[in-house]
Amino acid sequence: MTLSQTAEVEARDPAWKTFFRKVIQLPWTWRITIVYLIVMLLVPIAAMFLKASTETPARFWEIATSELALATYNVTFVTSVLAALLNGVFGTLIAWVLVRYDFPLKRIVDATVDLPFALPTSVAGLTLATVYSDNGWIGSLLAPLGIKVSFTRLGVWVAMVFISLPFIVRTVQPVLQEMEHEIEEAAWSLGASQWQTFWNVILPPLFPSILTGVALGFSRAVGEYGSTVIISSNTPYQDLIAPVLIFQRLEQYDYSGATVIGIVLLSISLVLLLGINLLQGWARRYDNK
Amino acid sequence: MTINKPKLHSGSGDTDEASPQQKKSWVPTVLIIVAIAYLALIQYIPAINVFVQAFSKGIGPFFANLVRADFLNAAKLTVLLALIAVPLNTVFGLCAAWAIARHKFPGRAFVLSIIDLPFSISPVVAGLMIVLLYGRNGWFGPLLESHDIKIIFAFPGMVLATAFVSMPFVAREVIPVLEEFGSDQEEAAKTLGANDWQTFWRVTLPGIRWGLLYGLILTNARAMGEFGAVSVVSGNIANTTQSLPLFVEDAYKQYETEAAFSAAVLLALLAVVTLILKEIVERKTSIKEVE
Repeated sequence: MTLSQTAEVEARDPAWKTFFRKVIQLPWTWRITIVYLIVMLLVPIAAMFLKASTETPARFWEIATSELALATYNVTFVTSVLAALLNGVFGTLIAWVLVRYDFPLKRIVDATVDLPFALPTSVAGLTLATVYSDNGWIGSLLAPLGIKVSFTRLGVWVAMVFISLPFIVRTVQPVLQEMEHEIEEAAWSLGASQWQTFWNVILPPLFPSILTGVALGFSRAVGEYGSTVIISSNTPYQDLIAPVLIFQRLEQYDYSGATVIGIVLLSISLVLLLGINLLQGWARRYDNK
Repeated sequence: MTINKPKLHSGSGDTDEASPQQKKSWVPTVLIIVAIAYLALIQYIPAINVFVQAFSKGIGPFFANLVRADFLNAAKLTVLLALIAVPLNTVFGLCAAWAIARHKFPGRAFVLSIIDLPFSISPVVAGLMIVLLYGRNGWFGPLLESHDIKIIFAFPGMVLATAFVSMPFVAREVIPVLEEFGSDQEEAAKTLGANDWQTFWRVTLPGIRWGLLYGLILTNARAMGEFGAVSVVSGNIANTTQSLPLFVEDAYKQYETEAAFSAAVLLALLAVVTLILKEIVERKTSIKEVE
């Protein structure tokens, strides 16, 4: 078919046929991408939403806000926020130290920040549970103070801190690297104290990246399963996290129950993803300055 | 590094400028110590603990654990999972990267976000989706059952879960490299008569090899280490559908702590190798990005 003929056919056919033809004529790289995304990602998501839609809205709401479910949201989301915020402070500090100062073994410290990405989560859970248990290396120091970490909500928090740290460091680090040192020097020479320089000169352009990192870390901590399930005692109303509740519902063949909690978690991830994208756009404003 | 710079300004001997200089002498030290202490509490001590626990009873028991039948089976499964999921996601990642980096189209940012989705979906939710699709009561359940194909609580389901969670890495790492590499050389090759395949193999691939390698390393690490999604779909049956990360948890729950740590050491070594390879690739390309 020559080009003019194609144009003629397109002009005759309704819009959907034109669209369909365009899809058929796509290069094979596009076809593989689209087919893989549909089969692996979109169909499973659709299956979950359709499964959830078989429940009446009232019943959906009832499952989603049952007392046990609310308790797991509390443990999951509140603990994740606390973990991400702690890392917001210390992750920024670590990024700062890595960018601005020189010290022995700096390269190794820099490389090992990514450990939580590389270490399988079950191994992380296993070793954190051991180290922070009552007779573990760190736990035994805390036990006399009456602080129990492993198999409590505090342990879940430690696992979430572990898993979300690299997100904050790796988001803040490149921005700090590109920040011009001259601005700080200008502030100093104008008589600003170190604290003033940090608070008024360094922090404002850094803030969007810190927030992005915190959001990324939070989103990872919310979904985290492997390390938290091992370090937690999974006791309802105490340290049971939402992903474990989904797992337990599935084990009891309660597919609707699992799906409803799953939809709640998924929707929150989607909202977070959207928020993070907006935040990154905001952070990028400072790129060309 | 740069901390010495302010000296240039305080060289005048002015006392007002000398005082921040004195402060600087202890501030960096304190900050470095705090940063290292935090990392030690959260990462280093637990990481060292894996090795100490595994070898606490000596080398003998460690190796005795490594030749257990259920361990060997788990290790074999883990390698198999990676051998299937990594090439699958590499082909997808390269195609997606090509499609996205070489075309400007409306909704490009949206497509990028869709590719990123598996990162923001909880692994348990990912597993749940696969169960709802291929499980007994799932969409394809009756069809699969009538053909006697088992996906959930079997190896194919574990492959699906592994491929799902490690999907975006290659695309994510290759897209920026491909964008930076530009299409000039490809167009030149085409003008000189190279076909698509030759262009890709001789021109594009060498240009993006470090980005691709970076993506492969991350995909492999995630594929071998995935726990949540695989545990939902596999049913965690020892000797049949238990991968290495599942073996770690199962042994720990059965109070076989030494067996758990012996397997954990292998997975931790995988993490160490991953970090070293990452570092090498980063030095080659000097890219540093969050996944």
